[in-house]
Order: sequence, then C-alpha cells, then structure tokens
Amino acid sequence: MVEINLWSGLRRFADGKDRVEVEGKTVGEILDDLVRIHPGLGPVIKAGVAVSVDGEILPNARHAAVTEDSEVFLLQRLRGG
Amino acid sequence: MSKIHVTTTVNGDEAEFLCEPRETLLDCLRDKLHMTGAKEGCGTGDCGACSVTVDGRLVCSCLMLGVEAEGKEITTIEGMAEGDTLHPLQRKFIEHAALQCGVCTPGILVASKALLEKNPDPSEEELRYWLAGNLCRCTGYDKIIRAVMDAAAEMRGEAA
Amino acid sequence: MALDGKTSDYKQIGTTPDRPDGLDKVTGRARYGADIHVPGMLHGVVVRSPHAHARIVKIDATKALALKGVKAVITRADFPEGLEGEDWDIQENCMAGEKALYDGHAVAAVAATSQLIARDAAKLVEVTYEVLPCVTNVDEAMKEGAPVIRDGAADYSVPEGLHPNVVRYFDTGRGDLDKGFAEADLVVEKSYSTEAVHQGYIEPHACMGQMGSDGRGEMWVCTQGHWFIRRMSAAVLGIETTKLRVTPSEIGGGFGGKTTVFMEPLSLALSKKAGGKPVKIVMSRSEVLRSTGPTASASMDIKMGMTKDGKITAAHGTFRMQGGAFPGAPVDVTTMLAFANYDIENVHHIGYDVITNRPRQAAYRAPGAPMAAFAVESTIDDMARELGIDPIEIRLRNAVKDGTRSTFGPKFGPVGLVESLEAAKAHANYSAPLGPNQGRGVASGYWMNWGGETSASVAISEDGSVTVSVGTPDIGGSRASMALMAAEAFGIAYEDVRVNISDTGALGVNEPTHGSRATYASGLATIKAAEECIGKLCQRAADKWGIDVDAVVWEDGAAKPSGPNAGDHDPLTIGEIAAEMGGTGGPISGHYEGSPTGFSGSFGTHVVDVEIDPETGHTTVLRYLVVQDAGKAIHPDYVEGQFQGGAAQGIGWALNEEYIYGEDGRLQNPIFLDYRIPVASDLPMIDTVIVEVPNPGHPYGVRGVGETGITPPLPALANAIRSATGLRMTGLPMTPPKILKALKEQGNG
Ligand code: FES
Ligand code: FES
Repeated sequence: MVEINLWSGLRRFADGKDRVEVEGKTVGEILDDLVRIHPGLGPVIKAGVAVSVDGEILPNARHAAVTEDSEVFLLQRLRGG
Repeated sequence: MSKIHVTTTVNGDEAEFLCEPRETLLDCLRDKLHMTGAKEGCGTGDCGACSVTVDGRLVCSCLMLGVEAEGKEITTIEGMAEGDTLHPLQRKFIEHAALQCGVCTPGILVASKALLEKNPDPSEEELRYWLAGNLCRCTGYDKIIRAVMDAAAEMRGEAA
Repeated sequence: MALDGKTSDYKQIGTTPDRPDGLDKVTGRARYGADIHVPGMLHGVVVRSPHAHARIVKIDATKALALKGVKAVITRADFPEGLEGEDWDIQENCMAGEKALYDGHAVAAVAATSQLIARDAAKLVEVTYEVLPCVTNVDEAMKEGAPVIRDGAADYSVPEGLHPNVVRYFDTGRGDLDKGFAEADLVVEKSYSTEAVHQGYIEPHACMGQMGSDGRGEMWVCTQGHWFIRRMSAAVLGIETTKLRVTPSEIGGGFGGKTTVFMEPLSLALSKKAGGKPVKIVMSRSEVLRSTGPTASASMDIKMGMTKDGKITAAHGTFRMQGGAFPGAPVDVTTMLAFANYDIENVHHIGYDVITNRPRQAAYRAPGAPMAAFAVESTIDDMARELGIDPIEIRLRNAVKDGTRSTFGPKFGPVGLVESLEAAKAHANYSAPLGPNQGRGVASGYWMNWGGETSASVAISEDGSVTVSVGTPDIGGSRASMALMAAEAFGIAYEDVRVNISDTGALGVNEPTHGSRATYASGLATIKAAEECIGKLCQRAADKWGIDVDAVVWEDGAAKPSGPNAGDHDPLTIGEIAAEMGGTGGPISGHYEGSPTGFSGSFGTHVVDVEIDPETGHTTVLRYLVVQDAGKAIHPDYVEGQFQGGAAQGIGWALNEEYIYGEDGRLQNPIFLDYRIPVASDLPMIDTVIVEVPNPGHPYGVRGVGETGITPPLPALANAIRSATGLRMTGLPMTPPKILKALKEQGNG
C-alpha cells in the first residue's frame, strides 16, 4: 500500500479524506488506483497533476517508481515562464 | 500608387530604392535594402531599436520617411565594424556580456557611438540619460553601462 | 547526496568566455523573427476587434479582396471545428468565433503582396459587431450581475454558487489554522492588488509560415519553444504535427510570452489559402500589447499570525486572479508558492481563476509568484516592524532549509534561502547609511524550476571538435553555457564546441526555454550525451590498444590506459580518435532523451534603497542588491544578467507598469510611450551576489536562475517605500500620483 497525500480542495472528491491508501508500483498505477477508489478524482487527474515522490517533483512521469514507504503528494500541474 | 526613387548613401556605399511616400526609412532599410540590423521594436520612436545616424545625427529610423533619405549619409549597425575589426564598443559588449537576447544591441551600439563622438568621457549619469531612449528588457542596463564606459576609456587611451 | 559529475576542480565551468553568437549579435547579422525574406513572400496583417466584448454579426471581405495585390482573407470559417479544451481556447484566441472577447482579439486576417497593401486591405474588411457589456476587473467580474463572458467555461473544481466567470477554484493547505492563529501574539490581515503587466520583450512576435494544399508546412518563428508552436499550430489547423517543420529564429526576448501561439497559425492558414505562398506576419507594438499575453492581475487577502519572537504560526491567503477571456491565470502556482519561503505548520490558500474581457494571459517570468510575494512579503515586513525584529532576521527565523516540509507538501532538499539571507545581511548595501526620505526594503522569493521534455545530441567531427544540438532557443547566452558544459565534460577547449539550436525536424520533442529549465535540462542533456560519446571514444581506444574498455579512462580530452592490466600506451586524444573514426566503426555521437526531474528551486533575497520625493511622490532607486542561489554558476556573467534583468522587470512592475483599461474595455496605453518600462536613467547599477548551494539533481549542481529574480522586487520596493515614508502601499504599481496622494492623506490624518 502506498499513501497519497491530497491537497485540501480534493477532499470533497475523496469522501473528505486528505490521505488515500492505494496499490501500485509506479506513479501511473497509483493514480489509476486512486481514481478507481474515488472516481470523483477522475477529472482532476485527467486535467493534469504533478506528483512528488520523496521530495522529488515529477511533473509528468507515470513511469516513475514508487515504493510502500514513499512519501507521495499530489500537486497542482506546473508551468513556467 | 506611384513610387519615388531615392538615392542615398548607406555606410559609405551608394544605395537606391523605390518607395511610397508613407514608408519609413526603417522599412526601406530592412525591406528594400535588406539591411535588417536595425530593428523595429515599437514604430513610435520609443524604443531606439531602429537607431541609425543621418548625416552624423542620431535618429529613430522608424520616425523618418524613406524619401527623406535622399542625398543623405546614413550609417547603420552594419557599418560599425571596419572589415574584420570590431569597433571597441562592439568588442566590449561581447566581453561584458552586455547583451542577452541582443535585439536591442544594434540600436544601443549606434546610439552609444553617437554619444562618444560628441562626448568621449561621459559620466554614468550622462550615459544613462543619453541611452534613456533605448529600451532593453533583458539586462537591467548594468552591463550595458559598464561596457560603454569601458569602451569609452579604451578609446580615450586609458587603461580600463 | 553526491553529484554524479564533478564537484570542484572545474576547468571551464565558472569561467566567462565570449558567447559564440556574440559577433553576429553586435554586427546586426543575427537573424531575428522579422528578418526573414524569401522569394514570393506575401505579407499578412490581422484585423482586430476594437470592442472588448461584441458579437460578430457579419464579416464582409468583398472590398478587401477587390484590392489589387490581395491574395487571401481568412476568418474563423477557415479553421476546423470541434476542438476541445485548451486546443479550443488557443484556436478561439488566435481567431475569434462568435464573439470578440477583448479589445484586440483577431477577427480576420489578410495576405497581400506588400505590407502596405495588406494594411490597407485589413481596413477594408467590414466587420459588423453587436457590442456587449464588458468587464475587465477581477473583483467586478466575480460579482453578481457581471457580464457572463462564456457560460460553461468552469471546470470540475468550481463549487456551486459562484459566478460563471470563475472558471477554476483552488483550495490547498494543511494543519489547523484556528490553532495556529490562537498561538499567535500578533495577527495581521490586509488586502493587496497587482495590475497586469506585459513581458515587454523588445522584439514583437514575427513568423513566416508556408503551407500547401497537401497540408504540409514550414514555419520560421521567434519563439521560446518551436515544438510547442508546432503542436499548437497543428491543433488549431487540424493537421498532424509532423506535417509541420518549425525553425526558430534568434529570439529578441520572451520571458514566458513566447511559449504559445498568437498569429502563427494564421500565417499558415493564409498561406494555404493563397496557393501555398509563404506569408510573413510581424506584429506592431500595439498589437503585442493589446493581443498577446500580459500576465494576470490579482486581488489578494492575507492573514498571518506570529509569536512575539517572530515565528509564523499560521498563514492564510485568498488569491483572485484574472487571466483574460480564457482559463489559465496562474493561480495554481500562486496557491502553491505564496508562503513557500517559510516553515509554516498551519497554512491555507484559496484561489480563483476568473475570466474577463482582456487578452489571454501568457506566462511571465515565475508566473503566479510575484503577485503573492508582494502580498506575503509586505505583510511579513509590517509584522517585523511591529515586533521590532530586523527584516532579514525575521526571515531567517522562518526560512525553509534542507529537510523542511514545504507549504505545498513535500520536503525540501538542499536549498539556499538561509545562505541568500546571510549573504544579503553581510553585504555592504545592507549597512549603507540612509538620508532623509530614504528607506530600505528587503524581500525574498522563490521559483521551483522545471525539467521538462528534453532531447539533445552531441556529435564528434572529424577533427575532434564537437557539435552540440539542443532544442531550447538561446535567449540570454545559453549557447555559451552549453558549450562550457560540453567542453568541461570532454576536457576540450570551449572554442572547440559549436552549439546549434535545432529545428523540430532534427531532435525529439523539446519543451521551450521556460521555467528556468534551459541551462538545467538542456545542460544535463548535453553532459549526458557527451558522456555517451566519451564511452564510445574510450571503446575505440580500447579496441586500438587491444585492451578492455574498463582499463581506459577519459581525462583532459584524451583516452588513457589505466589500471594494472592496461599496458603502456600513449594517450589518444579526441582529435586522433576522431580522425580515424570512419574506419574504426563510423561516426561517433551521443544522445539524451528524457524529462529530467532533478531540478531544484532557487531562492533569492533582494535589498533595495529608495528615496521618495515628497513634492512629487516619485521613487528613485538608489541601490539594488540581488542575492540568489544558482546551485553552480556555469557562466557567471549570464547568471548575473538573469539576476539583473529579473530585478529590472520587477522594479518596472512595482513602480510603473500597468494595463490601463477604460470603461469601454479598451486598452488605453498600447504603446511604449504610455506603457513605460524601466529605461537606463530609471535604474542604478544592480549589485549581485551568486550563492552556490549545489543541486544534487544536476551533474554540475546547476539550478535554474531565470525566474526567481522578478519575485522579490515587488515587495522589496513596497517595503523600502514604507521604510522611507511610513506608508504601506497595498496596490501596484506604486506610481508617483498614488504615493503623493497617500503622503497627503498621511499629512492630513
Ligand atoms: S522602432 Fe523606432 S524607436 Fe522603436
Ligand atoms: S538584450 Fe534583450 S532587449 Fe536588450
């Protein structure tokens, strides 16, 4: 099980939770599992999010590995100038 | 619309073009003579990217008509280096990293050269006011001012 | 954590050689967007709406088409239908459909044999409008009864009951605010606003597009990212991406504003309609200001709590931002980074992305960060004053460092905020004496930086010199940085490296030069591709010597035998191996493809001294200091240049620059005379200190430095004005009339 930390505005799509336990070995897999558990988060993930795994910010990396004790946060999609 | 035949001198060479009365000198230089060193940043005399000299006087070529170039001596950035030898200002701009994107650079070099011809030893303040008509959005002017001051010192024969 | 490259002992990194494109750029030879001229070229001009909000009833191009020399007129009817999401937004912004949504919105475009004819023809295109009520202010646009710009533009995030102009809603944070505020000895609440400003690059947008009836096309364009231009243009035109090849010109500044399309797809559509003749479009300055992306404007409420020794206990921010007639104001970043400088347990952000009748905002240097910094860093300054704590000291007490949990979730790695604050404190400017009407302001800022899709190649020439091909346009000397990194990796001379910016046909997808990523990501790609070359060079040497490649090392531009079993061989230089490579296995090159994620943010601290003229309210900037973490400065001159340029843009935003709209929704200041950016006589020298806290995610420790520098000037200037006058200015820009008015009120009060 991997724990995903949600930003506070996502609670209303996740039955009030700000942490969700999911299964998966990659960022892609845990995001898919998150949407399976809380379908309300589907549009959020589809619109694009960044993920941080153990402090490293992954703007767009479904392939990146996660482990049971990774610290995972969902972040807003990022852009630069 | 009938066009007007203009004969002028650009960087020492005779140049001729046909233009409509409403075309600017900048358009004529760029589109008819294909001398694209002078840039259009605004077209309203506010940015100095189009700076050239006409009979030794610094002008915004976007504010002058092509037909007014008749019989005049025009110098542009393309005429600043002598053959392979860069003008000290050009050299110092590279050395001091006084350009980032470089689009303001031709205008600033032409304007700085015009200043140093009148005043070989400007103070920082004089230089800043002289260049106040040349916008640079990239550098914050710091390295530009240093490069011009350094070039001026070199041209006066002082060790920088 | 160890850097996988070198950490010291650099031969090239940190030196300041002349940039490779310097000669072209001081002689006028460098070719920028508008400098192209090709045989048979037509000129395009865009017809733009004079109304802020209007239904387009009819467009009649009969008279325009009757003009001699006019070859094509296009309207929205010439573009495919059925686009969705952001693609639709881009198409709608490039060419209005049913409604013109802002003053300057494109409604038609003309191509003709000369620029003058095209301009005349544009005036002959007859557009019938039904003018609608408009709104350009963010707070007004959210109010009940405000004109609805587009129904159904809101996404999933917007709770019910908000005005349809609110199109995205953000709610982020953690901890317990009530608890945090209860622990505070001092709680301060204040509202702030910033106006929209333009990136103000001196080179207007320019492109030359050519597309035949087979839908194949080429484009030459000034852009920060030609793969973005390719993807967006293809989407707008409904063609496959690879049908289009895009070549970047030299670029005269971008600052984020040249990461999207405006008239580029129009040049292709005009070309197609004109039988495949190339069409050049060059914007005028007023088109740039009216129609391309300025940044968002913001209206913000901040509430912060502190203990009496200056520790932040809680922070709350509400950020309302308008980014023009389309979703996209960078509230997402604002609500992530507003309090990111500080270690705060209880923190919350609310954000509203609001649409108005203004041009579609584009990224501008650290998009979303400067507005929030203005509000937050001003509030902290007031609190420091009230508690009698030095402004650098109060920041040090709260500053994030390695291991601190960020306000947006993850923990920071090694970062340089503390180092930047300490260096600022130690700098002579911080103790320079101040005279009457003078004041000093301090503020810190942050940008998280970016990696992004990156593809680069390095190829060895027959003489052992090296060609580097990257896909990130060089806006401020990045060719020099790439050449330095390649020279360092190979151990060869800087002059032996040539850096090319490749077109979309020559490399895999590259994101633009944005997000402060070029030196980081293309630099990392260059080093990795060079390392691949070095592996191959060592293999050739090993083959020649008949030894195992493991017994070969690469040092100072040559392969050398190493270890007990390597035998005795003279080193083989890169030139010697390259001279024979055709017969030893063929050309040698290396590649890198990836989306590097080891970027790490850059913190900075600015200190500014000002003098306020009590008669006029005019602010003179006396001294300016930028201290910022570069990780490792590859070419320190160009790092300083980024610091100075960012500071100058921030000073402009703080003191002068603003979009001024009339009641009719028309932009009142669309030329540089009225939209006044800082000129040489407005500024002092800008002092810099480069702090180097290496980034473990880059072989040489590089952090992007481009964006952070625009963030602190807004609050630093406001804090300096407060220190000089006692006035807390809460709205930007802090123009002389505004300061004078506030001084008068202060005198009366
Ligand atoms: S183009 Fe002539 S002054 Fe700007
Ligand atoms: S270097 Fe870009 S405008 Fe001056």
